[in-house]
Amino acid sequence: MDGSMMTTVTAGPPVVTLEGVGKRYANGTLAVQGVELAIGQGDFVSLLGPSGCGKSTVLRMIAGLMAPTTGRIDMAAGGQATGDIGFVFQEPTLMPWSNALKNVMLPLRLAGVNRGEAADRAAAALAEVGLKGFEKSYPRALSGGMKMRVSIARALVTRPRLLLMDEPFAALDEITRHKLNNDLLTLWQAERFTAIFVTHSVFESVYLSRRIVVMAARPGRVVEDIEVNEPYPRGEVFRTSAEYAAHCREVSQALHAAMGEHA
Amino acid sequence: MNAIDPPTTARVELSASEAADAPVEIRERTILGLTPESWARILMPLLIGVLALGAWEWAVRANEVPSYILPGPLEIGRTLIRDWHSLQISLWITLQITFAALFVAAALGLALAVLFAQSRIIEMSLFPYAVILQVTPIVAIAPLIIIWVDDVRIALLICAWIVAFFPILSNTTLGLNSADHNLTDLFRLYRASRWQVLMRLRLPTAMPYFLGGLKISGGLALIGAIVAEFVAGTGGRASGLAYRILEAGFQLQIPRMFAALVLISVTGIAIFLAMTLVSHMALRHWHESAMKERR
Ligand SMILES: Nc1ncnc2c1ncn2[C@@H]1O[C@H](COP(=O)(O)OP(=O)(O)O)[C@@H](O)[C@H]1O
Ligand SMILES: [Mg+2]
Repeated sequence: MDGSMMTTVTAGPPVVTLEGVGKRYANGTLAVQGVELAIGQGDFVSLLGPSGCGKSTVLRMIAGLMAPTTGRIDMAAGGQATGDIGFVFQEPTLMPWSNALKNVMLPLRLAGVNRGEAADRAAAALAEVGLKGFEKSYPRALSGGMKMRVSIARALVTRPRLLLMDEPFAALDEITRHKLNNDLLTLWQAERFTAIFVTHSVFESVYLSRRIVVMAARPGRVVEDIEVNEPYPRGEVFRTSAEYAAHCREVSQALHAAMGEHA
Repeated sequence: MNAIDPPTTARVELSASEAADAPVEIRERTILGLTPESWARILMPLLIGVLALGAWEWAVRANEVPSYILPGPLEIGRTLIRDWHSLQISLWITLQITFAALFVAAALGLALAVLFAQSRIIEMSLFPYAVILQVTPIVAIAPLIIIWVDDVRIALLICAWIVAFFPILSNTTLGLNSADHNLTDLFRLYRASRWQVLMRLRLPTAMPYFLGGLKISGGLALIGAIVAEFVAGTGGRASGLAYRILEAGFQLQIPRMFAALVLISVTGIAIFLAMTLVSHMALRHWHESAMKERR
């Protein structure tokens, strides 16, 4: 390395591999078809595409929430263990009857971790996402951004190797979204999980990811695989840089080409 | 892999704007713990009530209506005090039957709803019978139950239970099936057992529904108890408030009849308020219906 704080990221061996993955829903909708994808250890990958192109479908299949109808999904050894995958939904998806701490404790309690240890680890996870002091707050007393932080803390509390996020910040205002983008990158660099981030925003995908998988609809499929080889940590300097703009243009063109084919 | 250790300068902190965006409970000015609006809510109906009673009293006196036709409120009040001893015994009996029925309805309704939630087949097979029980007028089955069951109090309890049971069952069944889809997926992701899903997701989700059912059933249990007692008539040894009304009717003691009627109404109101309070206490942290804040 060059000795500066900036590092470029290279992905390790695959943690998850999709081979010819297709999904046809019970009502006959062919949501995705022929998806070939290998996600490297420690990488930050965005799935980018217009709504309806099957991003959520792919993510849910990787999470094991449903099975593909064709093809196969392989997890690296250990990847099937409970708690090895964290999932963040578009909505915060918190239990309104539980306070922030109890919400974050949930994955541990489901896995049989005793109450005391679960509480300690959940408190630590909340502190990590910047919510120290809000342990006793109920979801309804938290802002949208804070609820999303609780949701991220819950996903990270089991120290997963793979963090799946389905448009987690889409409902937030832009300032909050930028802040959470930065915080997510900080957490990713500190904890070194592999991140798969679903978004329909070109800017968000370029800012966050090292690799962008562009998808198109009808049927949902992968059309482009673009690397954003810019060093981390990325901050406001990167957001206003010429490189950032160039990447955005490239990704945007790929996206529009993909959409144009079927428009 | 990240090639070198992450920079230690980067820290995750809550931004001020995010914290400021959190909903706040707006504390309104209160008088003796209640907001002016709450006071108006209590005082205005009371005022109307007092005016109506005053008009009633005046009408009775001005027209010299005999008390065996229509007693005035003052005379009803006097009767209530004079006959308090016997009325209070009846009130107690009616209350016992009502609350026993409500308790059994809540326990059985909840248990059956949980059973339904475990299996569609069970729900499909049994739910229609719960509906049949619900739509059959209680006055029509009460005589049968009173004949079949030796102990009149148990018979009354069964009648009150039949009336009170359905709202709890149907509400709770609905609630158990209303769990958030994403939360359900989350539980699946962490391989939660059926038991964990029930205890940590479905039952808490069903809580507001159950309490809503309880609120309706509280009033229904009282109605069921009173109706059944009317059917049981003077034959019963258990003499609740309905029996007092029948008895007073036969003896043309109309003020006493009204006094018993007042007690029934007050009991109904008290049950409703108690259930509202229970529901508010249980849900005040999280459910919309218990929220006071404004955004
Ligand atoms: N449960 C489902 N049943 C039937 N069709 C579905 C279901 N979920 C999604 N789809 C369809 O599959 C396609 C892809 O959906 P989705 O994966 O949600 O796309 P995205 O997340 O990219 O918006 C869409 O056409 C959608 O209507
Ligand atoms: Mg989606």
